[in-house]
Amino acid sequence: MSDDLEMQYEVARSRPEAFYERFDRKDELQHQTHYCPGCGHGIIHKMVAQAIDELGIQNRTILISPVGCSVFAYYYFDVGNVQAAHGRAPAVATAVKRSRSQSIVISYQGDGDLSAIGSAEILHAANRGENISVIFVNNAIYSMTGGQVAPTTLLGQRSTTTPEGRSAEREGYPLRVSELLGALEAPVYIERVGIGDNKQIAQAYRAVRKAIENQVRGLGFSLVEILSTCPTIWKMSPVESQRWVHDVMEKTFPLGLIRERTKDAQPHETPAPAPADLRKVLGIADQARIVPHQVAKSATNLQVRVAGFGGQGVLLLGEILAEAGLNAGLEVSWLPSYGPEMRSGTSNCHVRISSEPIDSPLVTRPDVLVAMNEPSLHKFYESVPPGGWVLYNRDAMPGECKRTDLNVLARPFTQIAKDLGDARTGNMIMLGALIECTGAVPWQSVDAALRQMIKSEKWLELDRRALARGRELMREPVEEAVHEG
Amino acid sequence: MTNPEKRNSKPDRGSISIDEEECKGCGLCVEACPTDVLHLSEHINHYGYPSATYMGAGCTGCGICFLACPEPGAITVLRLARRPSGTVIAEHMGELAS
Ligand SMILES: Cc1ncc(C[n+]2csc(CCOP(=O)(O)OP(=O)(O)O)c2C)c(N)n1
Ligand code: SF4
Ligand code: SF4
Ligand code: SF4
Repeated sequence: MSDDLEMQYEVARSRPEAFYERFDRKDELQHQTHYCPGCGHGIIHKMVAQAIDELGIQNRTILISPVGCSVFAYYYFDVGNVQAAHGRAPAVATAVKRSRSQSIVISYQGDGDLSAIGSAEILHAANRGENISVIFVNNAIYSMTGGQVAPTTLLGQRSTTTPEGRSAEREGYPLRVSELLGALEAPVYIERVGIGDNKQIAQAYRAVRKAIENQVRGLGFSLVEILSTCPTIWKMSPVESQRWVHDVMEKTFPLGLIRERTKDAQPHETPAPAPADLRKVLGIADQARIVPHQVAKSATNLQVRVAGFGGQGVLLLGEILAEAGLNAGLEVSWLPSYGPEMRSGTSNCHVRISSEPIDSPLVTRPDVLVAMNEPSLHKFYESVPPGGWVLYNRDAMPGECKRTDLNVLARPFTQIAKDLGDARTGNMIMLGALIECTGAVPWQSVDAALRQMIKSEKWLELDRRALARGRELMREPVEEAVHEG
Repeated sequence: MTNPEKRNSKPDRGSISIDEEECKGCGLCVEACPTDVLHLSEHINHYGYPSATYMGAGCTGCGICFLACPEPGAITVLRLARRPSGTVIAEHMGELAS
């Protein structure tokens, strides 16, 4: 009889499957975490992993890990992983959830990460009611960086930056994030739990599981704040740390439900708009995406810098060029770079058009420099490699620009544009010249780009004329570089 | 079935195994165990920590040490299969705590 019973011992709790079998973080002891002995992060990781197992969602979970001691969470969880910049996990989680609505997105954050540098992201994610689950690990200190004060540090608590203890006058009061978020309309579930004793641990596990389950049910924003431990920075033993959560932390951060609307919440999705709808919104739904000629792909690798004063159409020139490249089925990048001024100050943009995937959108050695004024010419003149082109918006190059290893087309483009009908189409004349000299994109693609981007018939006509004029200017015999003075 | 002899020979409801090399000797499981059947051993493991050890009898299989332990797989909890399997620990813990 007792033999029979012996046979009946079964594994009830064991290493959750949501953990990797081995952690490549270290070379040895690859089944241990990197956390200090007794660290609350380990306990909370286990709760998250266990909940993922129980809900059967491992293959559709995406964990957003933070900056802080848990920055390496992605070494542990065998799920999709994204590691976000400090404090930005809820913004990243929003993007991931909206573009993959079937994924279960868990944002895991410390209190420094979430309540200091990331206070804006969590507030707005909660306010939008993103259907994500936030695991907020509050150990009342910046641990990873060695124990500086956090917004959540208790009054009187010592840290390296509050050596005499936090004072309300100097550092303000401990921030009660959960209560703050509880003032918003959208969140469906917010609860503060702790790991201060067995009862708290059991409740914390229930809350973690519930926050994730809410998302599986599509209910909306859920957050669990867990009062956690940091034995190392607190300079306590793991057991003392647990007691400190229970006896001290809890007084500042009372445990309990802060928001519970899961009963009334309706399952919903906030999917990203489909590309087809986007075209409708932009008013270009009827325009077929025109792919006239696939250019000789192997040949194309064009890098352009366009520079001038704000308002000269620098960015638009670059955009139309990039759009034309897209229309031709090429890889493109367009990177604007400008100051805060709308109509003065300088602006410039980087455009790359290539048959190969583009590694970086930065153009530091442009094959073509389009300089719409003299300061821009001076700024980028030396960056053009030998054999490159300079299109300059004056009838001659300034005297000090003496390089003989460049191709130059210096014309008063703005003036020519004025004669054509509107000085503001100077950028399009220069674009016409650029396309003619590089041959990087077919004219049909350029015209299609123009139709996609220019809504007014009048401007479309003006710009077409300007492009054609630029082409003519480039076809005229290229003179020796002309220098002023 | 009410034979007192049999009742006395009843095996423990649970049992646990500890991976000594994964344990960091933090002592949280020792503190957590409601029946006081865990202790930190004299033996120092690979990492230099005294690892947790099960005294070999008295475990109820409650599972709280599993959740209290920060290491992913240091503790495995076994239960007698007569219990309906799949009992959620948290629920069980609730009973225990009340
Ligand atoms: C943009 C940026 N600012 C500052 C830092 C430095 N930094 C790293 S971790 C950290 C605080 C982490 O504290 P918390 O979120 O509480 O996590 P814990 O380490 O306590 O788990 C800071 C300020 C950084 N990495 N990046
Ligand atoms: S410093 Fe604190 S929070 Fe960081 S791993 Fe160690 S115990 Fe955990
Ligand atoms: S399962 Fe429960 S009784 Fe058994 S060792 Fe763990 S805490 Fe103690
Ligand atoms: S809680 Fe885990 S790591 Fe800590 S002593 Fe027990 S078995 Fe070891």
